[in-house]
Amino acid sequence: MSRLDLQELTVRYRHTTAVDRVSLTVPDGEIVGLVGESGSGKSSIARAIVGLAPVSGGRIELDGRELARRGRRRPVQMVFQDPYSSLDPRMTVGESIAEAIPERLDRTVRRREVERLLHRVHLDPARAGQRPGQLSGGQRQRVALARALAGRPEVLIADEITSALDVSVQGAILNLIREMQRELGLSILFISHNLAVVRYVASRIAVMYQGRLVEDGPAAEVLGDPSHEYTRRLLAAVPAGVAGRSTHPRKEFR
Amino acid sequence: MQRWSRAARTPLGIVGFGLLAVTLFLAVFAPLIWHRQAGDYDTDNLLAGASGEHWFGTDNLGRDIFYRVLVATRLSITLAVSATLIAVVVGVVLGAAPTLLGRWIGRPLIGLVNILVAFPGLLLVLFFAIVFGVGAKGAVLAVGLAGAPTFARLGHTLMAAVAGRDFVAAARASGVRPGRILVRHLLPNIAEPLIVNATIGAGGVLLSFAGLSFLGLGVQSPDYDWGRMMQDGLGGIYVHPLAALAPGAAVIIAGLAFNLSGEAVARALGVQVDVAWRAVVTPTRHRARAAAPPPADDVDPDLVLDVANLRVAFPHGGDVIRPVRGVTFQVRRGEAVGIVGESGSGKSLTALAVADLLEFPAQVDADRLAVLGTDLHDGTDHRHLLGTSVAMVFQDPMTSFNPAHRVGAQLAEAARAHQGATRKQAWRRAVDRLSAVHIHDPHRRARQYPFEFSGGMRQRAMIGMGLMGAPKLIVADEPTTALDVTVQRQVLDMLREVRTTDDVALILISHDVSVVAEVCDRVMVMYAGRVVEDLPAADLAVAARHPYTRALVAAVPDMHSDLDAPLATIFGQPVDPAHVPDGCAYAARCPLADRRCRTQEPTLTSGVACWHPGESLPVPHARDAREVDA
Ligand SMILES: Nc1ncnc2c1ncn2[C@@H]1O[C@H](COP(=O)(O)OP(=O)(O)OP(=O)(O)O)[C@@H](O)[C@H]1O
Ligand code: SF4
Ligand SMILES: [Mg+2]
Repeated sequence: MSRLDLQELTVRYRHTTAVDRVSLTVPDGEIVGLVGESGSGKSSIARAIVGLAPVSGGRIELDGRELARRGRRRPVQMVFQDPYSSLDPRMTVGESIAEAIPERLDRTVRRREVERLLHRVHLDPARAGQRPGQLSGGQRQRVALARALAGRPEVLIADEITSALDVSVQGAILNLIREMQRELGLSILFISHNLAVVRYVASRIAVMYQGRLVEDGPAAEVLGDPSHEYTRRLLAAVPAGVAGRSTHPRKEFR
Repeated sequence: MQRWSRAARTPLGIVGFGLLAVTLFLAVFAPLIWHRQAGDYDTDNLLAGASGEHWFGTDNLGRDIFYRVLVATRLSITLAVSATLIAVVVGVVLGAAPTLLGRWIGRPLIGLVNILVAFPGLLLVLFFAIVFGVGAKGAVLAVGLAGAPTFARLGHTLMAAVAGRDFVAAARASGVRPGRILVRHLLPNIAEPLIVNATIGAGGVLLSFAGLSFLGLGVQSPDYDWGRMMQDGLGGIYVHPLAALAPGAAVIIAGLAFNLSGEAVARALGVQVDVAWRAVVTPTRHRARAAAPPPADDVDPDLVLDVANLRVAFPHGGDVIRPVRGVTFQVRRGEAVGIVGESGSGKSLTALAVADLLEFPAQVDADRLAVLGTDLHDGTDHRHLLGTSVAMVFQDPMTSFNPAHRVGAQLAEAARAHQGATRKQAWRRAVDRLSAVHIHDPHRRARQYPFEFSGGMRQRAMIGMGLMGAPKLIVADEPTTALDVTVQRQVLDMLREVRTTDDVALILISHDVSVVAEVCDRVMVMYAGRVVEDLPAADLAVAARHPYTRALVAAVPDMHSDLDAPLATIFGQPVDPAHVPDGCAYAARCPLADRRCRTQEPTLTSGVACWHPGESLPVPHARDAREVDA
């Protein structure tokens, strides 16, 4: 569908430069994983792209044209980390999703669209009338995904969307992300500090360190033969996984 | 609304709302019913005292004071409520300005508001009263505008808090317009505290009005409110005190009506703080005695912790919920035991119970709960034993440190409290412990405040605090969940090092099997308040027998996960501790569940609580396509 290009993107808050001349491409229909330690500027990039943080320098382009970061129609949508704070507790699931639909639709059309979106993220459309308080963390994150899809995005930004979730639901959300990329052809910038998670979803991996992009390439290359010292440290820090698991194919769970 | 009606049922609420109902009833109906009685001149009884005919006596024109107080309710309340409304509306508009108009206009506006809030309220009222002129209308404007800064600040604070939440960011990012964000997201989410404060404020406004009318700046005859009546009655206060006291009492009662109602609601809403028990610092005991503690002579000297049939319960409405339902385990010297399980499985409560950190209303029960051979149930105070031999590390070290004190001082405090060290010795030990947890330049760092530490450093300092004594057991509850991998690595290494060099036992709680597998010798898997499997960490991948354990292991992607297959997921939802089903608690999610599973609960025998341990699981391929709904 679309290619997202960051060119020398710089994000500055009052005294600090959070993102320092980062150039990064999310190719059409691919998932790019963005990793890096906390405070390295990952979320600032995400927020700058969707217009929540100031762009102090550089350009953000969608298919070669300057990205619209204002106005009603937003071709880049974002899903946030904490599903407990990213949904308005006083609005129903359906209202939250409907609010993100850019066009004015009449009521029945809108309801049908909300149902379609809920179905898309494997939630029972009957949940449209429920409030977030009645949903589990994983279900809320699905609603947040449905809301992002409501804006009919060409690119999706996912900022640590599984780190507030239990491991038992993390897998389901990751499967859903891959499914959306596959079936909707979405281009996705997937931010996480968990390398095992990024490895599972992303075809390319970019590494941030202190506001700079220090490495960027096909996932297998970055993980197999890291060129930057920080990437090597990152890889060494990943828990080895449950001992002996690599020799034990997990076929039975598929 | 549910919570509001709950507020109405507390004793405070009954009194408050009762008074408020009476006040509002009078405000509406008193003038209709007693209009005539209040206006009649009884020329035979000028300035009369209380009598059967005139309960509170009469005024200088012979009018009945009792009825006049009742009738004045309407004007008094109307004025107070209008002024409050003005204060709230103007306040909210001012308070919303920074959020809506951006910082350039908002900042100076809020600066101005802060100055006005600091200004004595009465002076503001008098200032505006003079600006708007004498009379009821002027008084309403004066009192309302004088109250606006307070509400502006309140509204600003509340709104800034809501505006910082992700759902507002999400709405902005998806192109929702500012006006709509204000109406749909901001206002509804600040409405409750705003209404509560307005209600309490209305009580105060009532007093301001009484004050203004009393000074002659408010309501003018022939109209009368309680303040006006007080002023009229003041002249004869020595001969006929009731003429001034009766309207005064009305002001106080009506003021209380607003205040108490607001308080009651505020308290009912305040109950929402549901994590308060986590921050427990000084333990207190509220637990039933164990039924029959087994004899303690055959104590194994290597046993650091010995827990048998531990149960934790909370009162819940009229009922009791039991999030921990009989946990039995032992930890030996230097051993590292992991506890894993989904959110709500009772991991943290088990840990807190062991460290004796659960406060009322939690009720802790156990057949045996012994630390280093000492039964915590013997009725004596074990704070010293626990303080020196058990160290606790929490998920968020920011909340475990006091932000206002230097890190070193907080570590030293622990040594002074438990070991009676002198100030100097304690400080030296604190610096030493900081360096033991690999904090560089510990002398300088000890003098810093918690916010000057990074997340990982704080967590290590927290472990350092636990090491001030010579602990035999460290209990760490999700110590790395809030940290990123490189920092997580440091903390895990730290824990491992402390364990081997000082021969300290460790209980490590996490929802991530791979973290636990990394550090621990043994893993206990909890589900719905019970241990469902207890196995060597090395067996997790190859020899786990409980279907839940196997599902948990499979759900975590690692650096070897098959990229072409979907990740395993666990169908369905964890058990709500308020509704634990009969039989095996996992049955609703288990692919092996049969009739027996649903009726009979398996007990933990030879390390696993399952009727079909180790049986091969069917292939749940169809599940990813179906409604997963988890
Ligand atoms: N003060 C309390 N009053 C009522 N219920 C409580 C209280 N504290 C905990 N619970 C309930 O007890 C259950 C177990 O809580 P616990 O904190 O031990 O879970 P956990 O396994 O540590 O979960 P997490 O992974 O989310 O930290 C939960 O369902 C929780 O709602
Ligand atoms: S007892 Fe039955 S339902 Fe429970 S885990 Fe074992 S097989 Fe599954
Ligand atoms: Mg917990």
